[in-house]
Amino acid sequence: MLCEECKERTATVHVTQVFNGEKIESHLCEQCAYHKSSLLFDVNNQFSIPNFLGGMFSSIYKQEKLPDTRIQCPQCGMTIMDIKRLGKLGCSECYRVYEQEMEASLRRIHGNSKHSGKIPVRGGHKVMIKKQIESLKSQIQEAVREEKYELAAQIRDQVIELEKEIS
Amino acid sequence: MSLNDLLGGTSVYWMNIPADGRDIAISCRVRLARNISGIPFPHLLDTAKGIEIMESVKAAHEGADGLLLRSMHLFTFDQLDILDRQTLTEKHLCSPEHAASGERHRGIMLNEDKSLAVMINEEDHLRIQCLLPGLALKECHDLAQQLDDELEQTLDYAFDEVRGYLTACPTNVGTGMRASVMLHLPAAQMTGLINQLLQNVSQLGLAVRGLYGEGSEPVGNFYQISNQITLGQTEEDIYNYLQTIAEQIVEQEIQLRERLMAEMPYQLEDKIGRAYGILNNARLIGSDEAMRMLSLLRLGIDLKIIKGISIYALNQLMVAIRPAHLQKIGGHPMEALQRDVLRAEVIKQKLSCQEAD
Repeated sequence: MLCEECKERTATVHVTQVFNGEKIESHLCEQCAYHKSSLLFDVNNQFSIPNFLGGMFSSIYKQEKLPDTRIQCPQCGMTIMDIKRLGKLGCSECYRVYEQEMEASLRRIHGNSKHSGKIPVRGGHKVMIKKQIESLKSQIQEAVREEKYELAAQIRDQVIELEKEIS
Repeated sequence: MSLNDLLGGTSVYWMNIPADGRDIAISCRVRLARNISGIPFPHLLDTAKGIEIMESVKAAHEGADGLLLRSMHLFTFDQLDILDRQTLTEKHLCSPEHAASGERHRGIMLNEDKSLAVMINEEDHLRIQCLLPGLALKECHDLAQQLDDELEQTLDYAFDEVRGYLTACPTNVGTGMRASVMLHLPAAQMTGLINQLLQNVSQLGLAVRGLYGEGSEPVGNFYQISNQITLGQTEEDIYNYLQTIAEQIVEQEIQLRERLMAEMPYQLEDKIGRAYGILNNARLIGSDEAMRMLSLLRLGIDLKIIKGISIYALNQLMVAIRPAHLQKIGGHPMEALQRDVLRAEVIKQKLSCQEAD
């Protein structure tokens, strides 16, 4: 079907409008459709159709992000529903397992979700070493990818040393 | 320290007369919530796991290098009967929920003057507290943190670099720190400004509670004010903020007292004198009435209308007239009526001792 407007390009946009009970159908190509109703399809207009659709998609996306009630904390067995019911987490591992849910709750409770206070002397040292190990491990992978096996072995030895320190 | 030393008497360090000598800021407290890594929080613990925690705290205590930790004494709750545990609550050393259960994996560590306490297997594995007289939050904080550091030398804390100290309830996560001050605000109440004042305090992000913290109604013009937010601020920010606001409230209360003295001296003296009369002559007195009368007596002492009684003695009385302390004095469980009789006697005796001194 050719575009009703330019009668040159193929009509790819099919618009059905209803005015006072009367149905008007128009078949247009993309360019003509854009010129005819630029406001309706302009992506910079926040009320435009693509933006509304985007909004709908993101709300569907949000629904997909709803907590999976089947997940259990591997350490204590608490589910997100248990946590909501009790108002308490089961163990320190729950904070990692339900990280996303906690992020939102903590913001609601404290207006913030990141600690900026004291770091324990010994435990804090451990946390720093664990971070260092993680970073070294990704360096090993990179070295292997680049076939720098000698370097990878050197870094691996460092990791072993650090792991000894915190075990 | 024997069990009797721990539980006997009513004297606790926070009862001492604060540095400013006034009665408005009675005491201040800093409490830190801590958990041991890799073990479920107390509400999920069976006795075996709970004992594991208790044993590791015992080991940390016995092998302690730190001065504060070494000065403490550990008691498990199977050693204490319900009345003994309740007296700890009445002295503000233990939460009512913790005192309710006598299981052997629950317990408390206390130092000699009871300015430091550690509840074991309460809502969190450890609740470290420092309780001092007056408005000295920095000192309170420093001591609590020092004891925390000494415990951490042997115990592996549940700590996350993003979330901070991990706690059973998300309202405590981060610093795990709750700082509070106990304020006596009778002039604010008499002038009708108390509700406005408390409303303002709530709007500043602080919680207002009664004498016995969460769930307790304010009685006798005693209010506990504490921080609500524990995450995203440093410990120093939290206690400095509370200290500043508490100082302002104290200043307002002082001004209101001066105004009352200037504008209605007779009415004020009459109110205080009547309260003194009731305390000295009542044959029966309930807990709430006693607290209200003691509040007026405190005000009378501060304004020098009443002489010869110390704030320290009144602080002791506030604890000695609570139900568990009365039953300890009486030596047997008592009905409310019997307690009211004994309460009246205990008050009369304490006041006459003071006057004789």
